Amino acid sequence: MKDLLKIGGKEITSRLFLGTGKFSSNRLIPDCVKASGAQVVTVALRRVDLEFEEENIASYVPGECILMPNTSGARNAREAVRIARLARAAGCGDWVKIEVIADNRYLLPDNYETVKATEILAGEGFVVLPYMSPDLMVAKKLAEAGAAAVMPLGSPIGSNRGLKTRELIRILIEEIPLPIIVDAGLGRPSEAAEAMEMGAAAVLVNTAIATADNPVAMARAFGLAVEAGRLAYLSGPGEVREYARASSPLTGFLRE
Amino acid sequence: MSFYEVLKKYDGFDFDAFFEQITDHDVKRAIAKNRLSETDYLVLLSPRAENFLEEAAQKAHRLTVQHFGRVILLYTPIYISNYCVNSCLYCGFQVHNKLERKKLSPEEVEREAKIIAATGLKHILVLTGESRQKSPVSYIKESVEVLKKYFTSISIEVYPLEESEYAGLVAAGVDGLTIYQEVYDQTVYADLHPAGPKRNYRFRLEAPERACRAGMRTVNVGALLGLNRWRTEAFFTGLHADYLQREFPDVEVSISPPRMRPQLGGFAPRFEVTDKNLVQYMLAFRLFMPRGGIAISTRERAELRDRLVKLGATKMSAGSCTAVGGRSDRDSTGQFEISDERSVVEMAGMIYSQGYQPVYKDWQII
Repeated sequence: MKDLLKIGGKEITSRLFLGTGKFSSNRLIPDCVKASGAQVVTVALRRVDLEFEEENIASYVPGECILMPNTSGARNAREAVRIARLARAAGCGDWVKIEVIADNRYLLPDNYETVKATEILAGEGFVVLPYMSPDLMVAKKLAEAGAAAVMPLGSPIGSNRGLKTRELIRILIEEIPLPIIVDAGLGRPSEAAEAMEMGAAAVLVNTAIATADNPVAMARAFGLAVEAGRLAYLSGPGEVREYARASSPLTGFLRE
Repeated sequence: MSFYEVLKKYDGFDFDAFFEQITDHDVKRAIAKNRLSETDYLVLLSPRAENFLEEAAQKAHRLTVQHFGRVILLYTPIYISNYCVNSCLYCGFQVHNKLERKKLSPEEVEREAKIIAATGLKHILVLTGESRQKSPVSYIKESVEVLKKYFTSISIEVYPLEESEYAGLVAAGVDGLTIYQEVYDQTVYADLHPAGPKRNYRFRLEAPERACRAGMRTVNVGALLGLNRWRTEAFFTGLHADYLQREFPDVEVSISPPRMRPQLGGFAPRFEVTDKNLVQYMLAFRLFMPRGGIAISTRERAELRDRLVKLGATKMSAGSCTAVGGRSDRDSTGQFEISDERSVVEMAGMIYSQGYQPVYKDWQII
């Protein structure tokens, strides 16, 4: 049986979502998509320039991909909603990754405003994937508000610091009946693999690929890591034990 | 607490004595730190820190790529009016200078806008002199209405306004404010601004705060380098940026390190600021504010701008012209002479050749 990720009525085989900011050239985007196998690609609407074909970031996303515009630059729910509507009007489809950030130092999301924007946009028929600080109660509210998936951060955007929020994400994976997609902060393929082994439905990676010395090779590395992590999760890894198993068990006599 | 009060803390501070006692170890420790204090920033601006520019450059480059990516945002200025009631000694547009004064009609704004938009640029910076009579806020707003048809991000560099006036411009579609204090030292400021409303140091200093409260998305501050000792001016500019970022966390804060250029009136810089000084300033600021923008204008020579791409710059002007209506009328007098006269296409080519991407559009009026 095929291992498909279902979001918004689409069946997705690749569990690596790709971000498109920070590349030294938009021309690298199609190569990275191909090398990583990514099917879902996010683009900031603020960068989409329909009037300048050659420099329009969106035109570098291969047609077979699902284009997921994001609301980068939104400082509150009202702005996120407006950006999402503009994206749909510009022909970017129904998917939207909500990013509401009112803190330029750490770029941490505003969960409260994110819930509000999710509710409005889900009501308007968008497939909403909100980026959030991992918090169980907020994730529940996002699910109630109609989110199609929940995207907790591993660590602050662009920090390459890995899965610092591991325990909180683990709880979301256990408790929330939606795909949990780890977004932001994953700096190395091993960290992406770790998230997938934990049972994350997918991961979204941008900075670590875009700013690598060889982005295309790094995209492939992340693609492989995500696949490996997913396979490991599905294969049921063995229990983690603190001590070695005793070779002379104390209770062995009871079996006799 | 306004930034004016923050600055007051440094009244009477002996910068020379501070710089005198900085050791190599102090500099190395400041470079190695994750989060720099105000004092660390000042250490990196010291003469002693000139011996560690390469170490600082490597870190500044890494931080810039991490936070901004390999991209340079392009923008260009449009001068719409050069009427001015101030008498800033160093400015080509000051009231005593004899030059043809003019302001663009909406039709003329549109003509210039079309020429600029044809280059692909989407970020525009609107400039006027200070004249509430000739270029009132209503006139700026009227011009913005025209420019909105051609550009997706509009910033203003005009005389300081009241908060409600900024709010009106934000509502009209303006998303960014550039305002240079010119010189943070109050005594020097008074000396260089002998008459006109610009004499009001504090009203100008607090303009970015008012703009942020009015909902401006980006603010850009700076000191005009050459008017005073650059190390202290760079320090106060950095503190100003840091203050704004702390008080208004949702605003994108950036600085400009503009060096004086020859201008009508012929006022010569009082202090030399070398290329090395400029680079030291940029690197120190990048380490102090890893997410702060750094704008480099065409005041700088092409060869130097090419080098600054990898030294922390995040935005650069291109295809600039400092004269009112100068893109359709080549004969008009500019505010100052520019150094880098390359076209937008040439700038983009240079940026690509360095393994960076020129970004034309990074905002959308919403």
